[in-house]
Amino acid sequence: MNWYVKRTGQALITLWAVVTLAFFLTRQMPGSAMERYVDRAQQNLGPNADPAQIRRAVADQMMFHPDDSFWEAYSTYMESLLTGNLGYSIEAGDNLNTVMADAIPWTLFVMALATFGLFGISLALGAIMAYKEGSLFDLSNTLVGMFTTSIPYYVAGVLLIIYVGFGDGFVTQHFPTRDRLPHTASPGFNLDFVIAAFSHATLPALSFILTAYGLLALSMRGNSIQVLGEDYVRVAQLRGLPERRIALRYVGRNAVLPLYTSLLLSIGFMMGASVILEQIFNYRGVGFWMWRAIDVMDVTLMMAVFLMITISVVLATFFADLTYGFLDPRIKTGDEGEAY
Amino acid sequence: MKVKPTEDEDGAVELRTDGGTSDQMFEDADPTDVGPLTQAKEILYEGLVAPAKIAWSDWRTKTGIVILGTFVLIAVLVDLHQNGYTILNDFLGLVGSPWELTEPSSAFGCSNGECAQGYERDRKPFQNWETPLGTDPEGRDILAGVVWATPRMLRMVVAGGVFSIGMATIVGTVSGYKGGTTDQVLMTLTDIALSIPGLPLVIVLIAVINPSSPYIIGVVIVINVWAGLARTIQSQVLSLREQSYVEASRTMGIRTPKIIQKDILPNLMPYIMVNFVYSARRVIYDSVGLYFLGFLEFETIANWGVMMNWAYANQGALTQSGPRYLIIVPMAPIVLLSFGLILLSQGTDRLFNPRVRTRHEGDTVEEEEEEDQVQPAMV
Repeated sequence: MNWYVKRTGQALITLWAVVTLAFFLTRQMPGSAMERYVDRAQQNLGPNADPAQIRRAVADQMMFHPDDSFWEAYSTYMESLLTGNLGYSIEAGDNLNTVMADAIPWTLFVMALATFGLFGISLALGAIMAYKEGSLFDLSNTLVGMFTTSIPYYVAGVLLIIYVGFGDGFVTQHFPTRDRLPHTASPGFNLDFVIAAFSHATLPALSFILTAYGLLALSMRGNSIQVLGEDYVRVAQLRGLPERRIALRYVGRNAVLPLYTSLLLSIGFMMGASVILEQIFNYRGVGFWMWRAIDVMDVTLMMAVFLMITISVVLATFFADLTYGFLDPRIKTGDEGEAY
Repeated sequence: MKVKPTEDEDGAVELRTDGGTSDQMFEDADPTDVGPLTQAKEILYEGLVAPAKIAWSDWRTKTGIVILGTFVLIAVLVDLHQNGYTILNDFLGLVGSPWELTEPSSAFGCSNGECAQGYERDRKPFQNWETPLGTDPEGRDILAGVVWATPRMLRMVVAGGVFSIGMATIVGTVSGYKGGTTDQVLMTLTDIALSIPGLPLVIVLIAVINPSSPYIIGVVIVINVWAGLARTIQSQVLSLREQSYVEASRTMGIRTPKIIQKDILPNLMPYIMVNFVYSARRVIYDSVGLYFLGFLEFETIANWGVMMNWAYANQGALTQSGPRYLIIVPMAPIVLLSFGLILLSQGTDRLFNPRVRTRHEGDTVEEEEEEDQVQPAMV
């Protein structure tokens, strides 16, 4: 079977599984959380309202009515999600489509910044360490990398807030510790806005980068050393190819390939971790809403956050996976294995 | 194994086809009786002594073992204390330490008719050795709090680690060895689990089941962490099952569970060990994070995250002028414990590498090979 078809099928199955899981979990939520929505609908429509009308209002907000039978509820839930409706949240006081549409780009922005920073730094550092294997540079960076890896990202976040964000040094004063934009900023593609957005996202992104680069750089170092010992690299050197070409096309490319899985995993990890980090930085992305939702047990909000994060991760890894073919043409042969 | 000569019944010196005599050839090969004791000794040596020696010869694993050992020791002592055996305080009393372990409780209020003897409030760290790490604004001894939470943390770590590697090993070996439909079904499930980001799922699950037992919390946190390892193991098993010695076992009619146990699993040990460490780290990170932001409910100091939560939510430690030591002190054991784990995992590759083992036993294997990378990419 074609690899692309297979991969697309897998992504679809995953999406279905995730949504079904969300549905099961919603049904399992404590009843009190559901009753709030029923009570609220009753209040809104007044005491004399038609029960059917209340029922419809509740079903509209929660995407199914708690009293529905399993299959009935499941089909309304699925139908609602497929038509792009995430329900209504009392806590957010708004339609969840609006809330999530406002929040998602910011979370993705921080994640993209962190991913690019992380991979840029670790790949370069790992490659340099491999070329200077055994030197003081290599050893000290190995040690520092191992230590920073043992720091949880939120601990790094806390430390960054305390020592960088609250600092008033020449550089440190430019990194705010809260919010995603200053209150005065007006959205639009002007320079002030872009600078403000980047400076607010720097510390959250740095929390990821500083705590994750170590392990990745060490893997890159290991891979590069292994590739450097391969025969084809020696052949390339004997052929008199320029060093630069060998470093990039022969060593770099083959050393990076195994790290592709790390890229996919780190996307999921960072999106998931936004639940904690965005709370610490008061950064109003998707994860930020999770804390509010859990605090008051707002079921629809909780599930919307869960679905949004999970679906973005599934889609992001899917597209990242599709580009893998450009890096490694062998993947296209799919199940047939390597052709000799 | 020693080979038992077959033609020694009458003790006669027979001429053999290769011109030698059986006596000369097997002179030093007297049949040795491998009794249960010898066997136990061998297993002990192979399984414990030799790995321990190798582990100790590497500074990374050595430091890791020391750090983890300290944590385990503290956890055991504190757990004994919590159950009424005050060995720790007896020892501290003997040494004459100004600090001794008491249940960290606030200076306000009484419980069970006993009013807490709180310390002076807001004591900074390293100023009074009665409370070496200071006290919080409610008069709790911070060092006692840090130590008090340790046994529970280690329980979570063990539960999470064991669950995740157990699950991964079963799924990975079965699907890799069986192949076919079993493989496809299991791997589809694994891929689904792999692509769901862990933390939001864990938070939602916790909201549904509201666990308080450390074992259950540990297991819930690694609810999909096993998937990554299962994938690795599956691909390893796929290549292992084609190895000639596995094929030989199969042809000899040895049953599948036995083959998996004897021929396949020992090869997977490095991956399993390293992933145990990574699951453990994940449990530490996530449990502390969840307590930190209050996603998990608590009443007493159940976790280092609880202390961070109090500092963050009640004392405003993350404001310009907040009491910073309150949030920084409980972060130290988290970093230290996971540093110990990382060090251990970095050295584990060597532990299971047969070539390193041979070198250790004195045979000269000059070849300095690059260690196989068994690190999972990033968790």
